[in-house]
Amino acid sequence: MLLQADSTRESTVGSVDGVTDAGVDAGDVDIVFFSSISGNTARFVEKLGRPAARIPLYPKDAPLIARRPYVLVVPTYGGGSLGPAVPRQVIRFLNDERNRSLIRGVIGAGNTNFGEAFCLAGDIIAQKCGVPHMYRFEVFGTPDDVATVHEGLEEFWKQQP
Amino acid sequence: MIDKLKLVSHVDAINWNKIEDEKDVEVWNRLVNNFWLPEKIPLSNDVQSWNQLTPVEQQLTMRVFTGLTLLDTIQGTVGAVSLIPDAITPHEEAVYTNIAFMESVHAKSYSSIFSTLASTKEIDEAFRWSTENENLQKKASIVMDYYQGDDPLKRKVASVLLESFLFYSGFYLPMYFSSRARLTNTADLIRLIIRDEAVHGYYIGYKFQKGLEGATQERKDEIKDYTFNLMYELYENEVQYTQDLYDQVGLTEDVKKFLHYNANKALMNLGYEAMFPKSVTDVNPAILSALSPNADENHDFFSGSGSSYVIGKAVNTEDDDWDF
Repeated sequence: MLLQADSTRESTVGSVDGVTDAGVDAGDVDIVFFSSISGNTARFVEKLGRPAARIPLYPKDAPLIARRPYVLVVPTYGGGSLGPAVPRQVIRFLNDERNRSLIRGVIGAGNTNFGEAFCLAGDIIAQKCGVPHMYRFEVFGTPDDVATVHEGLEEFWKQQP
Repeated sequence: MIDKLKLVSHVDAINWNKIEDEKDVEVWNRLVNNFWLPEKIPLSNDVQSWNQLTPVEQQLTMRVFTGLTLLDTIQGTVGAVSLIPDAITPHEEAVYTNIAFMESVHAKSYSSIFSTLASTKEIDEAFRWSTENENLQKKASIVMDYYQGDDPLKRKVASVLLESFLFYSGFYLPMYFSSRARLTNTADLIRLIIRDEAVHGYYIGYKFQKGLEGATQERKDEIKDYTFNLMYELYENEVQYTQDLYDQVGLTEDVKKFLHYNANKALMNLGYEAMFPKSVTDVNPAILSALSPNADENHDFFSGSGSSYVIGKAVNTEDDDWDF
């Protein structure tokens, strides 16, 4: 069991090939995810053990550019009326038409204790992009969540043209 | 007496224009935006519903809420305050003062419910019960002991287990009533408390993990053992407390699943893997729906168990058309 905060693992998740003027190539990954510095979503993705790329946290970071179809993993935290549920970094990522055209599904993270806001960002993105909101998990997911999503994605990509 | 609690020894003027941990600002803003007061909830609309409950259900409700009042009082007066001297950043200290105040709002909001629904005699009886119930008093004293100890990380563990686990034997009841369209305004108020506690548990758990980052393996092992031992101790007591309350209405087993489910999330807030397997965390879907209307199983695209999954209709978007 790993105890360190997940922010320290940022460099171990994702497979970034290189930085260009246009942005950072996400590489040959089928998962793109956003995770705040508390790193819960990063930890879930890490447990999936699949190649993944992390959407950069800060505006000064070069934008991420997806190269192939992917599923987006996105958290919603806190509920209430604090602006949009979708993290601004994710909006920036999806505003790039190249990225938007390659999204195939969304997986939401959150906590049912946030009530109506539970995984709300996933709902909004699914609707906006016309893709399924495939799964919801809480905090960084239980081992059952990880197994279900891992196997589910395996099957899903097999069925994709 | 809380003679071991100390104050911060030195204070500089807090500068919110110089931030060391952006999580402090994010959580401060979140808590401020989530701020509420019980006076905003039309509790009096529940009077008719209250009168339709059986005397046993009414008494159970009063007891559950005095139990929750005790926990919120502890967290407001001792728990959140005890974390202040251990804070790493001045903004973290400020967040704890916000948490402490909000716990006092929670504690007071139960009194709003009581005064709206019950007689003075019923209120006094419920408060007397809360001081006489051994298992409630035991859970209070277990947590209070750790708050008075001298280990900052252990205090955070106790705090997260309180925020994210110990409340839930109580929160179950208003969610249960809500799922049956009873005391729905009271349930709205409780959902606001639940939302606050979720942010508190998340933040204190995050600070706990930050504090553990640089520790030796030996220290990490010690804290992990401590956490699971405390969880077992609290869980055992919590099961007895649940029996005291819910045996008479036949809901104990249902509540226990809710306890397991929340114990897992409390552990995850602290960065530990879930402890209870799926077979004992299958919370009644009606309770989950009362908690969050999005929490039904129909969203599991992978298992095919749900009747359908949500697929939005495609919306044509321009590049700048993301004004969510």
